[in-house]
Amino acid sequence: MAGEMLLDVQNLTVQFRGDAGWTSAVENVSFQVGERECLGLVGESGSGKSVTALSILGLHARRTARIPSGVIAYRGQDILRLPTRALRKLRGGEIAMVFQDPMSTLNPVLTIADQITETLILHQSLSAAAARQQAQRLLDMVRIPDAARRLDEYPHRLSGGMRQRVVIAMAIACRPKLLIADEPTTALDVTIQAQILELLRDLQDELGMSVLLISHDLGVIAEFAHRVMVMYAGRTVETAPVRALFERPVHPYTIGLLAAAPRLELDTDRLPTIAGSIPDPASIVPGCRYSPRCDVALESCRNLPPAMGSAEPGHLARCPPRLAALGFAA
Amino acid sequence: MSEPIVQVRELTKEFPVAKGRHKPVMLRAVNRVSFDLHAGMTLGLVGESGSGKSTTGRILVGLTNASSGSVKLFGHEIAGANGTRAIQAVRHRLQFVFQDPHGSLNPRMRIADAIAEPLDVAGGMSRQDRTDRVHELLETVGLPRGYASRYPHEFSGGQRQRIGIARALALRPDFIVCDEPVSALDVSIQAQVVNLLLDLQQQMGLSYLFIAHDLAVVRTISTHVAVMYAGAIVEQAERRELYRAPAHPYTQALLAAVPRMTPGRRAEAAAAGEMPSLLSPPAGCIFHTRCPHAFAPCRVDVPAMREITPGHAVACHLYSAAASQAA
Repeated sequence: MAGEMLLDVQNLTVQFRGDAGWTSAVENVSFQVGERECLGLVGESGSGKSVTALSILGLHARRTARIPSGVIAYRGQDILRLPTRALRKLRGGEIAMVFQDPMSTLNPVLTIADQITETLILHQSLSAAAARQQAQRLLDMVRIPDAARRLDEYPHRLSGGMRQRVVIAMAIACRPKLLIADEPTTALDVTIQAQILELLRDLQDELGMSVLLISHDLGVIAEFAHRVMVMYAGRTVETAPVRALFERPVHPYTIGLLAAAPRLELDTDRLPTIAGSIPDPASIVPGCRYSPRCDVALESCRNLPPAMGSAEPGHLARCPPRLAALGFAA
Repeated sequence: MSEPIVQVRELTKEFPVAKGRHKPVMLRAVNRVSFDLHAGMTLGLVGESGSGKSTTGRILVGLTNASSGSVKLFGHEIAGANGTRAIQAVRHRLQFVFQDPHGSLNPRMRIADAIAEPLDVAGGMSRQDRTDRVHELLETVGLPRGYASRYPHEFSGGQRQRIGIARALALRPDFIVCDEPVSALDVSIQAQVVNLLLDLQQQMGLSYLFIAHDLAVVRTISTHVAVMYAGAIVEQAERRELYRAPAHPYTQALLAAVPRMTPGRRAEAAAAGEMPSLLSPPAGCIFHTRCPHAFAPCRVDVPAMREITPGHAVACHLYSAAASQAA
C-alpha cells in the first residue's frame, strides 16, 4: 500500500442553496490519497463524487455553495483555509484536474500552443519561446502525432480523443503531485478510452503522481484504482483496496451495483436490479440513505444513521447489520 | 426459417458536407449494409461514434431516407422511389425509442398525452378507451397509473425512459428500433430498463434493433450482434458465437478494450490511432489503418462479407481464399 498521505480529507460536508434552504450534497466524507496511489471514487448520479472533487480545488461558487465543516489537508495544509492566492498557485500547479468534456477546459478561440503555454508562463514563469518548446514536448508526452504542426491548430480541428490528450498535456504541464480526473474517458469511444487510460497510467508512473479518479464505470475503476471509495447519496458507504471491494463487497449497495452491471464475459438473459431510484437530496430518510432500496434493511436502518465499521484492515463499510452477519464486530 | 420482418440489402446513406465555397463532398455514413431480422429476435448493432449505427436505425423507421440499397419492412420496400407511401402501410408496426429521455418528451405535455399521442394520430378511439389504454401502458412499463396527469420534469431519467417505451408500445408495434436507450442511465436503473425490454419482448413477441456502444449491454439483450465500423458491418453472428470467437480484428480490439470488473486485468489498446475521416476514407479495408494484422491486400481491396461458420460472417482478408493462398 502507498506510503505517506498526500491528501487527507476529514468529515467534509458540502451544501448547496436550494428552494428549501441549504441541502447537503456531500455529508461527512473522509478519505486519504497516498503518494503515487490511485483512489477511485465510484457512484451513480447524485452520489456527490464530483462535488467532492471540486471542493478539493475550491471550485464551488461562493454564493450557492458552502462547506460548513471538514478539513481538506494537502501535505498537511488545510486547503479550505488557504488564501485565494495560495490556492491559485496550488491549482494547476501541484494539483491538476482533467474533466469529462475536453471542450469545457479548452478555449475554442485559442490555439493548442496558447492553451498549454498559458499554464507554463503563469506557474513556471517561462519565456514565450521556452514555453512553446515545452508545450511541444508535452504533446509528445501525451502521444499526439505530429506535435509541432498541432501546436498551431484550434481545438475544433481535433477529435475527442486528441482533445482529451491536450487537456492531459495541460494538466501535467507543471508536473503535478495530484491529478484529479473526473470521468476522464466517459465521453470517449472504448478503443480510445483504452489508449487514454494506458497513457494516464504511464504518466502516473513517469511523474510519480497520485490520482483521484472519479468514474461511474466500475470496469475503469477496477483496472485503474488501487483503492476504491463507493459513494451513495452524498455519503461514503464503503472503502476498500480494489481487490477486496470487487471480490468481497460488504455493503448491500456495493453488492447490488456490482451485480447490476452487465458483464462482457457472461451470457445473461436478465440482470439483477436494485429496486427504486436514487433519493432526492431534499427528501432523505434519517437513517441509512440506502435503506429504502435495500432488501436486507432492518427497522433500525431506517431511523438511525449507520456508523462506518471495519471488515478487514483498510476495508470499511457503513452497514452494521451486514458487518455483524459476516462476523465482524461493528 | 420464416421470412425476415426486416431485410436490409446494400443499404447506403450519403450526406452532402459543404466545405467552404467548394462543391459539397459526399460523406458515406452507411456503406453497403446488409442484414436480416426475424420475428422475436434482437439484433444488437454495436459500434463507436461515426460507425453509422444510428443512421441505419433512423432509415429503418423512415426518419431519414436511404441513398441506395433496399430496405424491406414486413415485405414492403421502403427505400425506393415509392418508399414514403410504402412506409405509411407499415408505420403502425414500427416504433423508435430514443437515447435522451429528457429531450424526447415535450416538457409542456402531460404524460398521458405524450403516451396517447400515437393513438390520437391514428384516431378512432373514444375518450374512455384512450384513458384506459394509457393506464394499461403505464402499468405495462411498471409505472403507477396515477402518474398520467404529471409532467415530464417530475420524473427521473429511468422513469422518463419507461414513459418513452410506453409511448412506443401504444400502437402495439411488432418492431422497435432502440437507439442507445440505456446509455444515459445509471447502472442500477439501466438494469431495470434492460429487463423491462426483455420482459416486453417475451410478452408481446417484439423484435428489436438495439443500437448501442456498450458491448456488455448488447451481450445481455441481443440474440444476434452486428459490429459496425466507419459505416460498414464488419462482422455478424449469433450473440454467443460473436463474443466467444470474435473473428474480425476490429471486433477483437473492441472487446479487448472494454475494462472488465476484474482488478489486476488491464484493457488492451489493440487498435492504434483513430477512425479515419469518412470524407477521405482509405482504400481497401477501412480498418487497415488501425489493424494489427493488416497485410498487402488490405490496403487495396475492400474485403467482402464471408461466412466462416454457419451464421457467422466476417469482412476480412484474413479469412478470404486469396489470403490463404498468399500465406
